[in-house]
Amino acid sequence: MADLVKITVDGRQIEVPHGELVIRAAQDHGVYIPRFCWHPRMREVGMCRMCLVEIETPRGTILTTACTTTAAEGMVVHTASDTAKKAQEGILEFLLINHPLDCPVCDKGGECPLQDQTMAFGPGESRFVEEKRHYEKPIPISDLVFLDRERCILCARCTRFADEIAGDPLIEFKDRGNHTSVETFPDLPFSSYFSGNTVQICPVGALTASAYRFKARPWDLLVVESSCSHCTVGCRISVESSQNHVLRFNGVDNGATNQGWLSDKCRFGFEFIGSEQRLRTPLVKVEGEFREASWAEALDVVADRLGAIIEEQGGDAVGGIGGARSTNEDAYAFGKFMRTVVGSNHLDARLDDGLDARFLAAVSPRAKIADLDRAATILVWAPDLKEESGSLYLRVRHAVQERGAKLVVVHPRRTGLDDRATHKLTYRPGEGPALLGELAGGAGDYAKVLETLSLGPVVAVVGRTGLTEQPQLAEEVAAFALSLPDAKVLPFARRSNVFGALDMGVAPTLLPGRAAAGDSEATGHLEAVWGPIPTQAGRDTMGILQGLVDGDLKALVLLGADPVRDVPAAGIARRGMESAEFVVAIDLFLTDSSELADVVFPAEAFGEKEGTITNLEGRVQKVNRVVTGPGQSQADWTILDDISRRLGKPLGFASAEAISKEIADVAPPYGGISWELLEWDAKEGAVVPYGEAGQPVAYRPDGVDREALAAMSRNPESGAFALHLARTLYDDGVLMRNSLSLHALAPGGAVHLHPADAARLGVSEGSLVEVETVDASVRLPAVIDPSLATGVVYVPFNQPGIPSLGSDLSVVVAAGEEVSA
Amino acid sequence: MTENGSRIASPADLSARREQLIAEDVGIRRILVCSTGCLAIGAREVEAAFREGVAAADLQGEVQVVATGCHGLCAMAPVVVIEPNDVVYGRNRIKYVPDVIEQTVKSGEIIRRFCFGRDPEMAHLGDIPFYAHQTKAVLRNVGRVDPQQIDDAIQRGVYEAAGQVLTSMEPDEVVEEIIASGLRGRGGGGFPAGLKWKICKESPGSTTYLICNADEGDPGAFMDRALLEGDPHSVLEGMIIAAYALEAAKGFIYVRAEYPIAVEHIRIAIEQAHERGLLGPDILGSNFSLDIEVREGAGAFVCGEETAMIASLEGERGMARPKPPYPALRGYLGQPTIINNVETFANVPVIIGQGGVKFAESGTEGSKGTKIFALAGQVNNTGLVEVPMGATIREIVFDVGGGLPKKREFKAVQMGGPSGGCVPASYLDLPIDYDSLREVGAIMGSGGMIVMDETTCIVDIARYFISFCAEESCGLCAPCRFGTVRLKEILDRICGGRGTIDDLNDLERLAEVVQKTSLCGLGQTAPNPVLSTLRHFRDEYLAHVADRTCPAGVCTALLPEKEVATAAKEG
Ligand SMILES: Cc1cc2nc3c(=O)[nH]c(=O)nc-3n(C[C@H](O)[C@H](O)[C@H](O)COP(=O)(O)O)c2cc1C
Ligand code: SF4
Ligand code: FES
Repeated sequence: MADLVKITVDGRQIEVPHGELVIRAAQDHGVYIPRFCWHPRMREVGMCRMCLVEIETPRGTILTTACTTTAAEGMVVHTASDTAKKAQEGILEFLLINHPLDCPVCDKGGECPLQDQTMAFGPGESRFVEEKRHYEKPIPISDLVFLDRERCILCARCTRFADEIAGDPLIEFKDRGNHTSVETFPDLPFSSYFSGNTVQICPVGALTASAYRFKARPWDLLVVESSCSHCTVGCRISVESSQNHVLRFNGVDNGATNQGWLSDKCRFGFEFIGSEQRLRTPLVKVEGEFREASWAEALDVVADRLGAIIEEQGGDAVGGIGGARSTNEDAYAFGKFMRTVVGSNHLDARLDDGLDARFLAAVSPRAKIADLDRAATILVWAPDLKEESGSLYLRVRHAVQERGAKLVVVHPRRTGLDDRATHKLTYRPGEGPALLGELAGGAGDYAKVLETLSLGPVVAVVGRTGLTEQPQLAEEVAAFALSLPDAKVLPFARRSNVFGALDMGVAPTLLPGRAAAGDSEATGHLEAVWGPIPTQAGRDTMGILQGLVDGDLKALVLLGADPVRDVPAAGIARRGMESAEFVVAIDLFLTDSSELADVVFPAEAFGEKEGTITNLEGRVQKVNRVVTGPGQSQADWTILDDISRRLGKPLGFASAEAISKEIADVAPPYGGISWELLEWDAKEGAVVPYGEAGQPVAYRPDGVDREALAAMSRNPESGAFALHLARTLYDDGVLMRNSLSLHALAPGGAVHLHPADAARLGVSEGSLVEVETVDASVRLPAVIDPSLATGVVYVPFNQPGIPSLGSDLSVVVAAGEEVSA
Repeated sequence: MTENGSRIASPADLSARREQLIAEDVGIRRILVCSTGCLAIGAREVEAAFREGVAAADLQGEVQVVATGCHGLCAMAPVVVIEPNDVVYGRNRIKYVPDVIEQTVKSGEIIRRFCFGRDPEMAHLGDIPFYAHQTKAVLRNVGRVDPQQIDDAIQRGVYEAAGQVLTSMEPDEVVEEIIASGLRGRGGGGFPAGLKWKICKESPGSTTYLICNADEGDPGAFMDRALLEGDPHSVLEGMIIAAYALEAAKGFIYVRAEYPIAVEHIRIAIEQAHERGLLGPDILGSNFSLDIEVREGAGAFVCGEETAMIASLEGERGMARPKPPYPALRGYLGQPTIINNVETFANVPVIIGQGGVKFAESGTEGSKGTKIFALAGQVNNTGLVEVPMGATIREIVFDVGGGLPKKREFKAVQMGGPSGGCVPASYLDLPIDYDSLREVGAIMGSGGMIVMDETTCIVDIARYFISFCAEESCGLCAPCRFGTVRLKEILDRICGGRGTIDDLNDLERLAEVVQKTSLCGLGQTAPNPVLSTLRHFRDEYLAHVADRTCPAGVCTALLPEKEVATAAKEG
């Protein structure tokens, strides 16, 4: 805690931290000093001169910028003295000289800092008659963002954001003086994953989002705060809609999660909500064809067929996959439905993400995201955060770049953070355990890395770097990380509410509240509310799908899950679903998987329903309804409740909020959490406690077992390559497929390989390469990628039109025939 | 005895070397040919002709031809000074060289037609008022040494002050000496140099950096250039002393790339100083080490501003940063950094040589020592002059500068370049120093002085300077970026005959906003020429807007038709 000093602002004495910027200190105490260039999350530059205030110093009163002046004991500040006002007016006058004043046709009109501050602080008239600057009208600077240079006031927020926050310095000032303008580099678009933030922070309408241009006026927008559902961080956003259409998302500055920033996927990935492709009525398959059905009809079919299977073969013949894209309340309803109504322990929210459910749910000491701001060293042995969690990526980047934290990145390939890493270790997929053993041993070159990692506090972001990696490796990495000084772990899995769903017990090994399935005390506690639950061991997602293929399981319930697309072993997923006697899906769209179902119910999407979600640090946040769902769509829990009633075992839920109360009752860590708390008192959300009695211990605090690690290491079959299969920010996932402006940005299929391997195989950049796994064989263009180890190929997962390769480590690679043009 | 070209191991070694050099030169007469500023007018050929002539006359043993820095009297370029009596000949041509050698060098006769004003009474440096009224302290070696020969510098005593400091003074004592001298920065701001050093020494940081500001962007100024070209070793010596006082281990000289000779000379000087052990590790056996790196600036005016210069040195775009923090606290790479001007550094050895207190005896109450000016415009003796602080404008323009040509009337002098102001005739007897100039709305600046007569239009001058600033604005902050352009547009209007009385009020109001709100010195001072001319020459502005005339006859839009024709012919 910094020392407090007393300063006087406009005659009022306030206490603020020593060294705090005057502009922030004043704002925290209710005095708004006008500004354009200053942004609370970026370095101060003192450029726009709008925040000029008068400050009394021993050598007289000076006019100076509040955004570059730090508070010191006894400082006296005048923000609205005659001199200060004259200066502020003067600046506005200069800015307006060159501003087109086309407010009526500008997206920013109505929420424009320039407009607002002119009203509040301006001279009231413009005195100039000269020609304004002229530039070619708005030009696209990326696929998602337009720039109108005539409106630009050159505050450099966008260029500084690109450089300082995003690490993509692709826009900058060109020329000098009055000719200065923001430009991209020749032939290089501003193709940053974070470009949309510049639209949000531009204080005028110079930068606009192609998705929002001319769509609405700010005063027509209904704005509701919620959380983003694209990854497990749960960034706070404002969802803005007009006439029941979601028109845009903006980042909300929440210190706990995203600090205002959003990746473009999160910002523009709302288009799926209003998609024409959304399901509007229940569908029932008759003779291989879907036809629209009434709600009652569809429920009858489910009651008949699912009921019959349960009756004849027992609940154990039914599996349930899904819940990670739902709210906690929906997931809880799903878990309770599967365990009490169906009577099955075969349920899983993970879609073969590969990490143990108990590890994800319970590994601790658990870091908070904000701990990254205090860490001396950060270890990232996880997927490329830039591709999988934009805001976590920015947070780590900021800690290193602006605060000087040390960073160790371990990954089979180049990642977005490499340029900031103190140490980067690259390895062949399969050989991760061996590398971990050597690192923990600290011999040779690893001594330096270990030395860096010994600077605590340490925060380790631990996940599965790719889909062919040994699932247990992450647990070993976490065990190693927790043996470091003052260390905490942030387990990383990316599918939106997977942590919430696991906390709700949507996994064969977990009961609500992270209790281990089979734990007698927890079972007793739960059965007191739920009634009896099955005791036999449950299957996870792959177990369920395999069970369907083998005929051990007969029916499947899908809740917002698309195994055919989501699971790497797409072949098994498809065969499993085809073998099932009955499949019921609750979904937003007809997906590759729900296409194979017998009955499909239309579900409400994010933004159409209320509830809570839990992020990777265990933070519970409220998500809210902004628009109503299309057609007859319903919340997941309602649909499950309806089915349960038809099956004669009503879940008996009255509302989502009632469910949340039941969660608080049956899941001890959620004991103190209520909607009321989240809506009023815990605006940044509330973190559910870890390491409580009854939660499974999912890690070994005594460090790594080198022998076990050595045994875990794997190599591809002789003559084969090791496959690195990893996700990209934009892909062919169902939400992306239905967000048209983003879907086009998916990089597409490719085979990345080391230059030496490429030379050996006789392939060059762009030429076709044949890759063959046990699951599939495809031909993809080559990308020469020196960041890989030799003997490794990297293939981006889930790209449009490319079949899945499965998660087998070995892949046979050969030069494909050239196709003639 | 120190061998030619070998390391000098100690101050005693340095003195011995100096004595040896002096002894070697006894009985040698020298012909000093300016080979820097005068190059443009054929100095190189003249120098070659002298060398040939000396050889032809078989005088090599007793006469040396030396290529020196600027003698100052640029109006008479190319200038040659012949020792021992310092005979000065101007406007030298190759064809005159044989006569000069035959008559003056050999027989000591004065050739009237080459003398200043063709006046044999003006044959010697000391005879010419231009020189007689100057005090050459900082410029003492310029024109006297071959800047490419470190031995010339050593012979003249350069590096002795450094030797004394490095071996017999504590760093703090050096700072105290500079504080006692009252030296103020010569780069324009006039901030007390010693105080700045002291602040820097007290700043937290792991390394201290030293930067010599040789960007000299003011149009018409060439003081720093003359020093770097003509006596680079004194600048290095000043930096060595400063670095020792500040305990800095790394120095930069940021010099504009448009000064190729300065760049070349300073590079040669650094190389030679390294060879002699005057730079690099263990300077003069003192254990103190210093490396100096030359960086060439790409010619943006704003890069002369200290924070922009630091940004540029760091490899960023040369744009200013807000102050505070001042560079002395957080500068290059976030470390304490001292930026001083070339002339400031060149003063340092002078101060150490005399002692700070002695130095403070010269000059005025608030401004000590001498100042170098670049005298230009409507004045007879244009060139480089050094006078004590407190000299009056009249002394500089009339005594040193020889008054205006064609007996024209003195109207004003523009002091301090684009950041400065116009001082009218009523202040001819104003003793010039930092504070007096500020009071009359001008600034010392780096030392540019442009003399104007009645044929100069004041509005046009203001327009010229504001256009310069508008062009040079880095574009970072709104008031400077937009404001300078706006001021220029209004002046364009006035000169174009479309001005109104309201424009004058707008000029004043806007100029004040730009001055008060700009981020860096460029914007803060850019309106000075406008404000000072409005203050001292409001009538002339009024003539433009109310009477629609240009009293000086410059603004063509305001001239009657036939005058336009003549003006066009003359122009
Ligand atoms: C626009 C602008 C241009 C400047 N150009 C120069 C310059 O060319 N040379 C210089 O020494 N100082 C220049 N300065 C002043 C420097 O910022 C700085 O004050 C100076 O180098 C400090 O040295 P001194 O204390 O020895 O004068 C300039 C300042 C401004 C605002
Ligand atoms: S485009 Fe917007 S954010 Fe970027 S410099 Fe211009 S006004 Fe600032
Ligand atoms: S907000 Fe302070 S200068 Fe821009």
